[in-house]
Amino acid sequence: MKITVNGTAQETAAETLDALLIEQGYGEAKVATAVNETFVPAALRPEQRLNEGDRVEIVAPRQGG
Amino acid sequence: MPTYYDTEVTSRLMLGTAQYPSPAILAEAFKRSGAGIATVSVRREAGGERAGQAFWDMIGDLGVHVLPNTAGCHSVREAVTTAQMARELFDTNWVKLEVIGHADTLQPDPFGLVEAARILTDDGFQVFPYCTEDLVLCERLVEAGCRVLMPWGAPIGTGLGLNNIYGLRSLRAHFPDLPLVIDAGLGVPSQAAHAMELGYDAVLLNTAVAKAGDPAAMAEGFARALEAGRLGYEADPMEPRDMAAPSTPVLGRAFT
Repeated sequence: MKITVNGTAQETAAETLDALLIEQGYGEAKVATAVNETFVPAALRPEQRLNEGDRVEIVAPRQGG
Repeated sequence: MPTYYDTEVTSRLMLGTAQYPSPAILAEAFKRSGAGIATVSVRREAGGERAGQAFWDMIGDLGVHVLPNTAGCHSVREAVTTAQMARELFDTNWVKLEVIGHADTLQPDPFGLVEAARILTDDGFQVFPYCTEDLVLCERLVEAGCRVLMPWGAPIGTGLGLNNIYGLRSLRAHFPDLPLVIDAGLGVPSQAAHAMELGYDAVLLNTAVAKAGDPAAMAEGFARALEAGRLGYEADPMEPRDMAAPSTPVLGRAFT
Protein backbone atom coordinates (compact mmCIF):
# COMPACT_ATOMS: atom_id res chain seq x y z
CA MET A 1 0.00 0.00 0.00
CA LYS A 2 1.32 3.41 -0.94
CA ILE A 3 1.00 6.19 1.61
CA THR A 4 2.77 9.44 2.36
CA VAL A 5 4.68 9.79 5.64
CA ASN A 6 5.92 13.24 6.56
CA GLY A 7 5.70 14.32 2.96
CA THR A 8 7.54 11.34 1.49
CA ALA A 9 5.77 8.65 -0.56
CA GLN A 10 6.33 5.21 0.92
CA GLU A 11 5.29 1.60 0.56
CA THR A 12 4.06 -0.01 3.77
CA ALA A 13 2.70 -3.34 4.93
CA ALA A 14 1.25 -1.75 8.08
CA GLU A 15 -2.52 -1.81 8.29
CA THR A 16 -2.83 0.53 11.27
CA LEU A 17 -1.13 3.72 12.38
CA ASP A 18 0.21 1.92 15.43
CA ALA A 19 1.79 -0.76 13.21
CA LEU A 20 3.28 1.91 10.93
CA LEU A 21 5.06 3.56 13.85
CA ILE A 22 6.56 0.22 14.88
CA GLU A 23 7.49 -0.64 11.28
CA GLN A 24 9.31 2.67 10.85
CA GLY A 25 11.27 2.51 14.08
CA TYR A 26 9.45 5.04 16.22
CA GLY A 27 9.01 2.57 19.09
CA GLU A 28 8.42 4.54 22.29
CA ALA A 29 9.45 7.86 20.73
CA LYS A 30 7.68 10.99 21.97
CA VAL A 31 5.64 11.73 18.84
CA ALA A 32 2.16 12.90 17.94
CA THR A 33 0.27 11.87 14.82
CA ALA A 34 -2.24 13.02 12.26
CA VAL A 35 -3.78 11.27 9.26
CA ASN A 36 -5.06 13.36 6.37
CA GLU A 37 -4.67 16.49 8.53
CA THR A 38 -6.84 15.07 11.34
CA PHE A 39 -5.23 14.54 14.73
CA VAL A 40 -5.08 10.92 15.90
CA PRO A 41 -4.48 10.64 19.67
CA ALA A 42 -1.92 8.09 20.79
CA ALA A 43 -4.60 5.90 22.38
CA LEU A 44 -6.47 5.60 19.07
CA ARG A 45 -3.50 4.64 16.87
CA PRO A 46 -4.20 0.87 17.08
CA GLU A 47 -7.71 1.51 15.74
CA GLN A 48 -6.64 3.94 13.03
CA ARG A 49 -6.65 1.86 9.84
CA LEU A 50 -4.49 3.07 6.97
CA ASN A 51 -5.77 3.34 3.43
CA GLU A 52 -4.11 3.79 0.05
CA GLY A 53 -3.02 7.38 -0.40
CA ASP A 54 -3.27 8.39 3.26
CA ARG A 55 -1.10 11.30 4.33
CA VAL A 56 0.45 10.61 7.72
CA GLU A 57 2.22 13.23 9.81
CA ILE A 58 4.49 12.19 12.69
CA VAL A 59 5.83 15.09 14.75
CA ALA A 60 7.86 15.61 17.91
CA PRO A 61 8.75 18.49 20.23
CA ARG A 62 11.09 21.05 18.68
CA GLN A 63 12.49 24.53 19.21
CA GLY A 64 10.02 27.32 18.49
CA GLY A 65 9.49 31.04 18.74
CA MET B 1 3.07 39.86 37.53
CA PRO B 2 0.94 38.71 34.61
CA THR B 3 -1.68 36.01 35.00
CA TYR B 4 -2.65 33.95 31.98
CA TYR B 5 -5.78 31.83 32.33
CA ASP B 6 -5.47 31.75 36.13
CA THR B 7 -1.76 30.91 36.05
CA GLU B 8 0.47 33.64 37.47
CA VAL B 9 3.91 33.81 35.91
CA THR B 10 6.81 35.38 37.78
CA SER B 11 8.33 37.14 34.77
CA ARG B 12 7.26 39.54 32.06
CA LEU B 13 9.45 37.78 29.55
CA MET B 14 8.42 34.93 27.29
CA LEU B 15 11.40 33.51 25.42
CA GLY B 16 11.54 31.44 22.28
CA THR B 17 13.78 28.39 22.09
CA ALA B 18 14.83 28.48 18.41
CA GLN B 19 17.98 29.61 16.60
CA TYR B 20 20.43 29.61 19.56
CA PRO B 21 24.06 28.73 18.87
CA SER B 22 23.81 25.80 21.31
CA PRO B 23 21.49 24.26 23.94
CA ALA B 24 23.87 25.47 26.65
CA ILE B 25 23.54 29.08 25.48
CA LEU B 26 19.77 28.69 25.33
CA ALA B 27 19.75 27.49 28.93
CA GLU B 28 22.02 30.36 29.99
CA ALA B 29 19.70 32.88 28.32
CA PHE B 30 16.78 31.55 30.34
CA LYS B 31 18.80 31.53 33.53
CA ARG B 32 20.10 35.09 33.21
CA SER B 33 16.79 36.57 32.09
CA GLY B 34 14.50 34.68 34.47
CA ALA B 35 12.05 34.18 31.60
CA GLY B 36 8.94 32.40 32.87
CA ILE B 37 7.58 30.91 29.67
CA ALA B 38 9.33 29.06 26.84
CA THR B 39 7.73 28.84 23.42
CA VAL B 40 8.18 25.57 21.56
CA SER B 41 6.89 23.90 18.42
CA VAL B 42 6.25 20.53 16.84
CA ARG B 43 8.04 19.40 13.70
CA ARG B 44 8.34 16.23 11.65
CA GLU B 45 10.49 13.49 13.14
CA ALA B 46 11.97 10.47 11.38
CA GLY B 47 11.83 6.97 12.85
CA GLY B 48 14.75 6.37 15.19
CA GLU B 49 15.64 10.07 15.29
CA ARG B 50 14.55 10.66 18.92
CA ALA B 51 15.38 14.39 18.72
CA GLY B 52 12.03 15.26 20.23
CA GLN B 53 12.72 13.39 23.44
CA ALA B 54 16.09 15.09 23.85
CA PHE B 55 14.56 18.53 23.32
CA TRP B 56 11.70 17.72 25.70
CA ASP B 57 14.19 16.71 28.41
CA MET B 58 16.16 19.93 27.93
CA ILE B 59 13.03 22.10 28.21
CA GLY B 60 12.01 20.22 31.33
CA ASP B 61 15.34 21.16 32.92
CA LEU B 62 14.59 24.88 32.40
CA GLY B 63 11.77 24.70 34.95
CA VAL B 64 9.51 27.13 33.08
CA HIS B 65 5.99 27.07 31.66
CA VAL B 66 5.81 25.75 28.11
CA LEU B 67 3.80 27.50 25.40
CA PRO B 68 3.56 25.44 22.18
CA ASN B 69 3.01 27.35 18.95
CA THR B 70 1.41 26.62 15.61
CA ALA B 71 4.15 28.45 13.72
CA GLY B 72 4.08 28.15 9.97
CA CYS B 73 0.44 27.11 9.73
CA HIS B 74 -1.40 28.89 6.92
CA SER B 75 -4.85 27.34 7.33
CA VAL B 76 -7.32 26.84 10.16
CA ARG B 77 -7.15 23.08 9.64
CA GLU B 78 -3.37 22.97 9.90
CA ALA B 79 -3.35 25.19 12.97
CA VAL B 80 -6.04 23.22 14.80
CA THR B 81 -4.41 19.86 14.09
CA THR B 82 -0.98 21.19 15.04
CA ALA B 83 -2.40 22.53 18.31
CA GLN B 84 -3.96 19.16 19.08
CA MET B 85 -0.70 17.34 18.41
CA ALA B 86 1.18 19.86 20.56
CA ARG B 87 -1.27 19.44 23.43
CA GLU B 88 -0.60 15.72 23.50
CA LEU B 89 3.17 16.15 23.29
CA PHE B 90 3.59 18.99 25.77
CA ASP B 91 0.71 18.11 28.08
CA THR B 92 -0.69 21.64 28.26
CA ASN B 93 -3.89 23.36 27.15
CA TRP B 94 -1.94 26.50 26.31
CA VAL B 95 -1.32 27.24 22.65
CA LYS B 96 0.26 30.21 20.93
CA LEU B 97 -2.02 30.30 17.93
CA GLU B 98 -0.47 31.40 14.66
CA VAL B 99 -2.45 31.36 11.43
CA ILE B 100 -0.21 33.06 8.91
CA GLY B 101 -1.91 35.01 6.15
CA HIS B 102 0.94 36.52 4.19
CA ALA B 103 4.20 34.86 3.22
CA ASP B 104 6.37 37.99 3.08
CA THR B 105 5.29 39.71 6.28
CA LEU B 106 4.18 36.59 8.20
CA GLN B 107 1.17 38.74 9.04
CA PRO B 108 -1.63 36.87 10.84
CA ASP B 109 -4.70 35.88 8.84
CA PRO B 110 -7.30 37.59 11.03
CA PHE B 111 -10.24 35.63 9.64
CA GLY B 112 -8.60 32.24 10.04
CA LEU B 113 -7.24 33.25 13.43
CA VAL B 114 -10.69 33.97 14.87
CA GLU B 115 -12.12 30.76 13.42
CA ALA B 116 -9.27 28.64 14.78
CA ALA B 117 -9.42 30.38 18.17
CA ARG B 118 -13.12 29.54 18.45
CA ILE B 119 -12.58 25.88 17.51
CA LEU B 120 -9.68 25.47 19.92
CA THR B 121 -11.42 27.25 22.81
CA ASP B 122 -14.44 24.98 22.36
CA ASP B 123 -12.01 22.04 22.47
CA GLY B 124 -10.66 23.11 25.85
CA PHE B 125 -7.57 25.02 24.75
CA GLN B 126 -6.40 28.24 26.36
CA VAL B 127 -5.47 30.28 23.34
CA PHE B 128 -2.70 32.90 23.12
CA PRO B 129 -3.39 34.39 19.67
CA TYR B 130 -0.58 35.96 17.66
CA CYS B 131 -2.53 38.88 16.20
CA THR B 132 -2.22 42.42 14.95
CA GLU B 133 -3.21 45.45 17.02
CA ASP B 134 -6.49 45.80 15.10
CA LEU B 135 -9.20 46.58 17.65
CA VAL B 136 -12.00 44.79 15.84
CA LEU B 137 -9.93 41.65 15.36
CA CYS B 138 -9.02 41.70 19.04
CA GLU B 139 -12.65 42.09 20.04
CA ARG B 140 -13.54 39.08 17.90
CA LEU B 141 -10.75 37.07 19.49
CA VAL B 142 -12.05 37.89 22.95
CA GLU B 143 -15.55 36.92 21.84
CA ALA B 144 -14.06 33.63 20.61
CA GLY B 145 -12.79 32.97 24.13
CA CYS B 146 -9.25 34.38 24.18
CA ARG B 147 -8.25 35.78 27.59
CA VAL B 148 -4.89 37.08 26.46
CA LEU B 149 -3.90 38.90 23.28
CA MET B 150 -0.49 38.91 21.64
CA PRO B 151 -0.23 41.68 19.05
CA TRP B 152 2.90 42.00 16.96
CA GLY B 153 5.23 44.94 17.45
CA ALA B 154 6.58 44.41 13.94
CA PRO B 155 6.82 41.41 11.60
CA ILE B 156 8.47 38.30 13.05
CA GLY B 157 12.24 38.40 13.04
CA THR B 158 12.61 42.00 11.85
CA GLY B 159 13.75 43.71 15.05
CA LEU B 160 11.93 46.87 13.99
CA GLY B 161 10.29 47.40 17.37
CA LEU B 162 6.85 48.90 17.95
CA ASN B 163 5.59 49.96 14.54
CA ASN B 164 2.21 51.34 15.56
CA ILE B 165 2.41 53.07 18.91
CA TYR B 166 -1.01 54.65 18.51
CA GLY B 167 -2.62 51.30 17.73
CA LEU B 168 -0.93 49.61 20.68
CA ARG B 169 -1.98 52.44 23.02
CA SER B 170 -5.55 52.16 21.77
CA LEU B 171 -5.55 48.42 22.34
CA ARG B 172 -4.28 48.87 25.91
CA ALA B 173 -6.95 51.47 26.60
CA HIS B 174 -9.64 49.29 25.05
CA PHE B 175 -8.75 46.19 27.08
CA PRO B 176 -7.53 47.57 30.42
CA ASP B 177 -7.83 44.27 32.28
CA LEU B 178 -6.74 41.73 29.68
CA PRO B 179 -3.13 40.49 29.61
CA LEU B 180 -1.50 42.01 26.52
CA VAL B 181 1.80 40.68 25.24
CA ILE B 182 3.94 42.14 22.46
CA ASP B 183 4.74 39.12 20.33
CA ALA B 184 7.31 39.51 17.60
CA GLY B 185 9.34 42.26 16.03
CA LEU B 186 11.45 43.49 18.94
CA GLY B 187 15.17 43.86 18.42
CA VAL B 188 16.69 45.74 21.37
CA PRO B 189 15.85 46.17 25.08
CA SER B 190 14.70 49.80 24.79
CA GLN B 191 11.77 48.61 22.66
CA ALA B 192 10.73 46.22 25.42
CA ALA B 193 10.95 49.05 27.96
CA HIS B 194 8.72 51.13 25.69
CA ALA B 195 6.17 48.30 25.57
CA MET B 196 6.13 48.28 29.36
CA GLU B 197 5.72 52.07 29.47
CA LEU B 198 2.63 51.65 27.26
CA GLY B 199 1.22 49.39 29.96
CA TYR B 200 1.77 46.08 28.22
CA ASP B 201 2.04 43.07 30.49
CA ALA B 202 4.84 41.13 28.82
CA VAL B 203 6.86 40.61 25.66
CA LEU B 204 7.74 37.51 23.70
CA LEU B 205 11.19 37.38 22.12
CA ASN B 206 13.17 34.90 20.13
CA THR B 207 15.31 36.23 17.29
CA ALA B 208 16.44 39.34 19.20
CA VAL B 209 18.03 37.14 21.84
CA ALA B 210 19.05 34.07 19.87
CA LYS B 211 20.72 36.03 17.07
CA ALA B 212 22.52 38.50 19.33
CA GLY B 213 26.30 38.15 19.53
CA ASP B 214 25.90 37.20 23.18
CA PRO B 215 22.38 35.77 23.58
CA ALA B 216 22.52 35.33 27.35
CA ALA B 217 23.64 38.92 27.91
CA MET B 218 20.93 40.18 25.56
CA ALA B 219 18.31 38.14 27.41
CA GLU B 220 19.38 39.72 30.67
CA GLY B 221 19.37 43.14 29.04
CA PHE B 222 15.78 42.64 27.97
CA ALA B 223 14.81 41.43 31.45
CA ARG B 224 16.26 44.58 33.01
CA ALA B 225 14.57 46.78 30.41
CA LEU B 226 11.23 45.14 31.20
CA GLU B 227 11.73 45.85 34.87
CA ALA B 228 12.73 49.46 34.22
CA GLY B 229 9.85 50.09 31.83
CA ARG B 230 7.30 48.55 34.14
CA LEU B 231 8.54 50.58 37.10
CA GLY B 232 8.22 53.70 34.99
CA TYR B 233 4.68 52.80 33.98
CA GLU B 234 3.62 52.12 37.55
CA ALA B 235 5.26 55.33 38.76
CA ASP B 236 2.77 57.45 36.75
CA PRO B 237 4.99 59.40 34.34
CA MET B 238 4.77 63.15 33.86
CA GLU B 239 2.85 64.53 30.89
CA PRO B 240 5.05 65.61 27.97
CA ARG B 241 4.73 69.27 26.94
CA ASP B 242 5.92 71.35 24.04
CA MET B 243 7.26 74.40 25.89
CA ALA B 244 10.29 74.35 28.16
CA ALA B 245 9.72 74.74 31.88
CA PRO B 246 12.71 75.40 34.17
CA SER B 247 13.31 72.74 36.75
CA THR B 248 15.69 74.89 38.82
CA PRO B 249 13.85 77.53 40.92
CA VAL B 250 13.57 80.87 39.16
CA LEU B 251 13.19 82.76 42.42
CA GLY B 252 16.49 83.92 43.89
CA ARG B 253 18.50 83.73 40.68
CA ALA B 254 21.54 86.05 40.75
CA PHE B 255 21.77 89.13 38.51
CA THR B 256 18.01 89.75 38.55
